[in-house]
Amino acid sequence: MIAAYLVLLIPLTGMAFFALAGHRADSGIWNIRLNAINLVATVWLAVNVLREGTILSSGKAFLVDPFNVYLIVLTAFVGLTTAIFSAPYMEHEKEIGRLNDARLKLYHAMYQGFMLSMYLVLTTNNMGILWVAMEGATLATVLLVSLYRTPESVEAAWKYFILCGVGIAQALFGTILLYYAAEQIGSEENALLWSVLYENAGKLNPEVLKIAFVFLLIGYGTKIGLVPLHNWLPDAHSEGPTPMSAVLSGLLLNDALYAVVRNKMLVDGATHSDMAGFLMMGFGLLSFLVGALFLHRQKDIKRLFSYSSIEHMGMMTFAFGIGGPLATFAALLHMTVHSLTKSAIFVTVGHASQLAGTQSMEKIRGLIKTQPEVGWGLLIGTVSIAGFPPFGVFTSEFLVLLATMHSYPWLAPLLLLGIGIAFAGLFRHIQPIVYGDRPEGQQPIKANLWPVMIHLGLVLWLGLAIPGFLADWFSQATILISGSAPL
Amino acid sequence: MNIEQLDFYTQAVLSLAALVGLTSFLMLGQGRLLRLIFVFAVQGFLLALTTAVAAYSLNIHHLYISAVLTLVLKVIVIPWMLRRLVLQMNMHRDVEALKNNSAVMLGGASLMVFSYYILHPIVQTSSIVMLNALAVSLSVMLLGMLLMISHRQAVAHVVGFMSIENGLFFAAIVATHGMPMVVELGVAFDVLVAAVLFGIFFFHIRTSIDSLDVDLLNRLSEVDK
Amino acid sequence: MNWLLAVLQTVLFVALAPLLAGWIKWCKCRLQNRKAPSLFQPYRDLLKLTRKQPVVSDQASWIFTTSPYIIFSAMVLAASIVPLVAVDLPTSANADVIVLIGFFSFARFFLALAGLDIGTAFGGMGSSREMTISSMAEPAMLMGIFALTMSASTTNLSFAIDFVLNEGLVLRPSFIFALLSLMLVAIAETGRIPVDNPATHLELTMIHEAMILEYSGRHLALIEWASQLKLMLYGVLIANIFFPWGIAERITVEALKYGLLAIVVKLALLAVLLALSETLFAKMRLFRVQEFLSFAYLLGLLGMLSHIILEGAR
Repeated sequence: MIAAYLVLLIPLTGMAFFALAGHRADSGIWNIRLNAINLVATVWLAVNVLREGTILSSGKAFLVDPFNVYLIVLTAFVGLTTAIFSAPYMEHEKEIGRLNDARLKLYHAMYQGFMLSMYLVLTTNNMGILWVAMEGATLATVLLVSLYRTPESVEAAWKYFILCGVGIAQALFGTILLYYAAEQIGSEENALLWSVLYENAGKLNPEVLKIAFVFLLIGYGTKIGLVPLHNWLPDAHSEGPTPMSAVLSGLLLNDALYAVVRNKMLVDGATHSDMAGFLMMGFGLLSFLVGALFLHRQKDIKRLFSYSSIEHMGMMTFAFGIGGPLATFAALLHMTVHSLTKSAIFVTVGHASQLAGTQSMEKIRGLIKTQPEVGWGLLIGTVSIAGFPPFGVFTSEFLVLLATMHSYPWLAPLLLLGIGIAFAGLFRHIQPIVYGDRPEGQQPIKANLWPVMIHLGLVLWLGLAIPGFLADWFSQATILISGSAPL
Repeated sequence: MNIEQLDFYTQAVLSLAALVGLTSFLMLGQGRLLRLIFVFAVQGFLLALTTAVAAYSLNIHHLYISAVLTLVLKVIVIPWMLRRLVLQMNMHRDVEALKNNSAVMLGGASLMVFSYYILHPIVQTSSIVMLNALAVSLSVMLLGMLLMISHRQAVAHVVGFMSIENGLFFAAIVATHGMPMVVELGVAFDVLVAAVLFGIFFFHIRTSIDSLDVDLLNRLSEVDK
Repeated sequence: MNWLLAVLQTVLFVALAPLLAGWIKWCKCRLQNRKAPSLFQPYRDLLKLTRKQPVVSDQASWIFTTSPYIIFSAMVLAASIVPLVAVDLPTSANADVIVLIGFFSFARFFLALAGLDIGTAFGGMGSSREMTISSMAEPAMLMGIFALTMSASTTNLSFAIDFVLNEGLVLRPSFIFALLSLMLVAIAETGRIPVDNPATHLELTMIHEAMILEYSGRHLALIEWASQLKLMLYGVLIANIFFPWGIAERITVEALKYGLLAIVVKLALLAVLLALSETLFAKMRLFRVQEFLSFAYLLGLLGMLSHIILEGAR
């Protein structure tokens, strides 16, 4: 259990450290160090969970089980690699005069604050604290979205703030209803603890829980970026600094989905109906299709990939909605590979837009000729996210498709269609960007592509063969969520 | 079940629920920022009163803390902050001409009916009182959203946002006698931070578009111009 | 004996009305840091006016000269049915809210006619404004009263008061709304700030004063007295319906004594409230009066709705 406390304590001290010490020349390095230490702590935690099974802290305040432990490790990992990317990137932004010391101090403090709230979302056992941490994540990132203080970024941040704030208020109403239902069966003391709720799920009032789930889905769904609540997402991703886009896409969306799935487990236990699953499937499929279609009309490269995030989050929501062991396994895998791939892509996109001096896709051309590693990185990342074999995204999408054919065969064509549309939408824009001639004045920059290579290498590995311990993890999580083993 | 058969606490809750709902409607039709903020403070006061009544009648001590918290935060600090900002930015003389005010009011009334409709299944397992309280708090939330849609001033949006929070709080007090203390403190902390951030944002928006009219925030959109 | 009491109560009503007006004026003066006239100044004014010779325009018809008497007697009749110190008096059989509103509109009708009768510009303007306002105030008042009477299931004032008394202290959302609504209506109907200012003769803003501009002598005295009565009637209505505690339920000397004391205290407090609000608020533009009154209507409506929805009357 000490590991879990450590995981929370490190970013907390990090946040305090950055906030008090102000910006220093080595802030970026310290950010990397803190995240590295935390990765070690999370791995330690994971080993503990693997050995002993679910860990419940003594006051029942924290719960680490196979489902969230792998998300914790993923969070730490993506947090670390993004920090590695962010150090030289932010230094460059400061050199070209887009940022100053005060804002870099804010950036680093809030980076740690965001990581803290992510870990809190994942480890807490209390549904109320889950909400508080989720809202905390918005608060931590909202000033980062407007870090450049351009009119566009201020607008994006305002939209992000208002939409997510209002959206997530619905989730709190859902949580209150949940608490109300729990109080009726008399578990006054610990009525918001997930572990207690889960044990008594069968006794909870199904009518109240049904209503509660609608609010919870809408609330956390705003954060996942489910259509039609997605408007903030492309804006916030495109206007903030690129490392922020990477963690938002790679972590925040996942954690919001995690919150929905946790609640779905309670609701399913109480209602014994597919209502929650159907709702998730509907919203998921809609987001998937709308996200894919909107890929075609983007002009800004970061907006393009944020719509791709909407599309993939839609697919995961859909897969969790189907709910069988195979679909759940596929969704968990997809969560992992999407996080890895998407943060890698945002890293390369960050470099690409830095060397072109713009985010407008019409002006970024000939990346491979300018700086081959960035160009290839973007190309391979796009190939991977579009679902080409042998990358991991292919595996997970294939499994989702398989599960769909198994349970709802008539929805499979829609999924295939969406994948096709998304593929066309991505390549239509990316192809001229990576190939073609190098425009005047486009100079290579100092780029650190190690994070990209590690991420894409991992995704490739997951596509070729899922290592035994990871498969074990996923099956344990699948058993927890869906009740039976996948294979 | 008629009201005279209920205990005093329930009667008080119902009356306060009705008044909280009324303040939401008042905010909806208010074009002057300072009055809007005043009505918001009144709503906060009613909430604090509800919490105090609940704490007293049900003898739950930790509710006193949240009553004081509400009083300080929602009646004094946040309205005072907003008021100061409005005066500082010299916006207190602007009267926002509300478009389609009567349509908005009718919309508000239908939202209220709607919240009764969706929460109706709850009646099967609990009292009508609970339905009323939850429906009123849901409609306070929905009216807060409608306020944000119908007003163009950023300050009005913040008031709407905070009144959504008020609706939630009312639900928490009435339906479940308050959330556990940790959660309540966490929520209060979030609200406070949000309020501070909003204050910072006003200045950002002001410097970037030279106004606080959020209709002018329209650079980012999927619609081709 | 009971009939005697009823008559006594009415006389008391009529006699106390100027005192209430004096008290309000006194409070207002003190609140505004002015030297207050004596509490009995309204009596002296009335006395002075009755001694003076009324001046009647030669354009005036009989309506002009009879209106003051009609208005005053309508108000006295209204006063006779509103329970002041005791309920269950013989007049209470007629003590119906709708009858009461009927008396009010009867008096208002004649006042407006009198304003029009001489044909001066101000009289006509005052009458038209008065009718406009009352056409909006009356539905609001009825709505407020209905919210109330639906709980008591009677429109009889006396029975309604009995009902509230028997029930003890019950917090009803509908009563809160009805109270607020009736207070707003009372302000509009009795021509107080912010709807009308009884203290000025500023031509652009006056309503009530415009209609009685041509009156003098005993005619003016009667009309003034009638409007003081009206103010007191509204005060007593609000005090006795919403806070009936103290009113005499049985006819004993003891009970009557307490009843009298209670109503005096309640009215005095209400008057302070009125004076306070008149000091704090400025008179609103005439065109905003409709907003004010539609808000009163809305409150009445909400009262009725909350009676049906919140109080679970099914």
